[in-house]
Amino acid sequence: MESTVIKSRNFNASFGSNHVVKNVNIDIPRNHVIAVMGPSGCGKTTYLRCINRMHELIPGATCEGEMKLNEEDVYQMHPIFVRLKIGMVFQRPNPFPNLSIYDNVIAGYKLNGIKLPKAERDRIVEHSLTRVALWNEVKDSLNKKGSFLSGGQQQRLCIARAVAMEPEVLLFDEPTSALDPISTSTVEELFHELKVNYTLIIVTHNMQQAARVSDKTAFFFLGELVEYDDTKIMFTNPKDNRTQNYITGRFS
Amino acid sequence: MQASNVKFRLGKSYGFQILTYVLAFACVVPLIAILFFIIRAGVTKINWHFLVNIPKPVGETGGGIANALVGSILIILVASVIAIPIGILAGVYLSENRKSRLAYWCRLSTDILQGVPSIVIGIVAYFWLVKPFGKFSALSGSAALAIMMLPIVIRSTEETLKLLPDTLKEAALALGMPFHRVIFKVIIPVGISGILSGVMLSIARITGETAPLLFTAFGNPYLSTNLTQPMQSLPLLIFNYATSPYNEWHDLAWGASLILLLWVLFLNIFTKIVTRKWKVQL
Repeated sequence: MESTVIKSRNFNASFGSNHVVKNVNIDIPRNHVIAVMGPSGCGKTTYLRCINRMHELIPGATCEGEMKLNEEDVYQMHPIFVRLKIGMVFQRPNPFPNLSIYDNVIAGYKLNGIKLPKAERDRIVEHSLTRVALWNEVKDSLNKKGSFLSGGQQQRLCIARAVAMEPEVLLFDEPTSALDPISTSTVEELFHELKVNYTLIIVTHNMQQAARVSDKTAFFFLGELVEYDDTKIMFTNPKDNRTQNYITGRFS
Repeated sequence: MQASNVKFRLGKSYGFQILTYVLAFACVVPLIAILFFIIRAGVTKINWHFLVNIPKPVGETGGGIANALVGSILIILVASVIAIPIGILAGVYLSENRKSRLAYWCRLSTDILQGVPSIVIGIVAYFWLVKPFGKFSALSGSAALAIMMLPIVIRSTEETLKLLPDTLKEAALALGMPFHRVIFKVIIPVGISGILSGVMLSIARITGETAPLLFTAFGNPYLSTNLTQPMQSLPLLIFNYATSPYNEWHDLAWGASLILLLWVLFLNIFTKIVTRKWKVQL
């Protein structure tokens, strides 16, 4: 049996009186790529942001239910520790514009005031940038500002920044929706590499992407988790009518 | 349409363009005129002697404005030390809590504070800080000026930070940073050019303030660096000496006016340079 990293039971999330995630039960296995898909406004991003407790930062946002990371309740832990163990990459690349490429990668340590010897920092930066296939492109310009890179490079820099913290889980919130097709394929290739060490949860409203990159797919609709299964089964033989309708493009 | 009609309309349009040029130029004239006038009157009075000596008693020639220069610098320095941290943090609060009740009242009171006449702030400082301690002091003057700086620093900080994208803060929080580190290591450094320009403009604003100092710092014909004692400052010196009947003192006032003008001018230009140089490209 594969071990479970993230486990949700009866998980609900709301913005004020607007109930956006309804009673979600899900087990996410370690070292897999999980795609979360569904039409706009189905609660998939909200659910993702509940996993590392970013949801609660929005005024009026609430959630209840069980969300466990390795059998430990995320909502009993301090959010700072949760976010150190569960990294996140956003829809738009958001490197720190005041920091160099090098400092962006090491930002999780540097800005948190964690002191590391120079050799260790160099190792982390090189390792992280190599993991995201950016090292060869930027190794001669590590002191340049991160915002000088192209959009696709910036997004990989953001992934490197998350990877540098050695989290267990990486959350991606529509990571390629602001990128061109070539950058998108570069990032998608990364997913296969990264799942060796991490568990990846990717929110996407691009079905082809879900089919291409994931091992398992969850389909959200109107806040409910309609179906969750191996990607192959989801796209060839879905059990629920709504999944069938969605993947055949009858609504979106 | 008739050709002559078009000509008339083109002519009108041309005339209007010229009018905008003329009026734009007219806006530059007052500054040039003031500069020209003060430089002509003051430049002959300024030399090294003028900067390092204190005023001589009536009847003696020479003398300088060293006491006012040192006093102005000290009073403004202390005012900045009081107002800048409070102002920046209040601005951070306002940009972080846009809709809270406290933010509403804070915004309202800074707006009103900005409009309070400086002489009123001086009187209030007199009743709060001068009367209870029984003496005029540079510190009470600094406090009065700090109150004048606050609204400018608060609002410019708030306006700068409001323009930063939320994704920047999320990026920092998602790395597990505590709130105070997000503010001090990410939000303020990225917005530093806007914050600094507000700080510098507020300093330029209070540099020439006379009214709040009249019954707080009071003025002092001698060089003093004791913050608990009365202290001279440039605007006070100009006010007192320009209204005196002695020609030597008028000369000092002219020279001091020029110094004050150059100071404010320099601060404004410096602000522009710093804002451009420290601007973080988003």
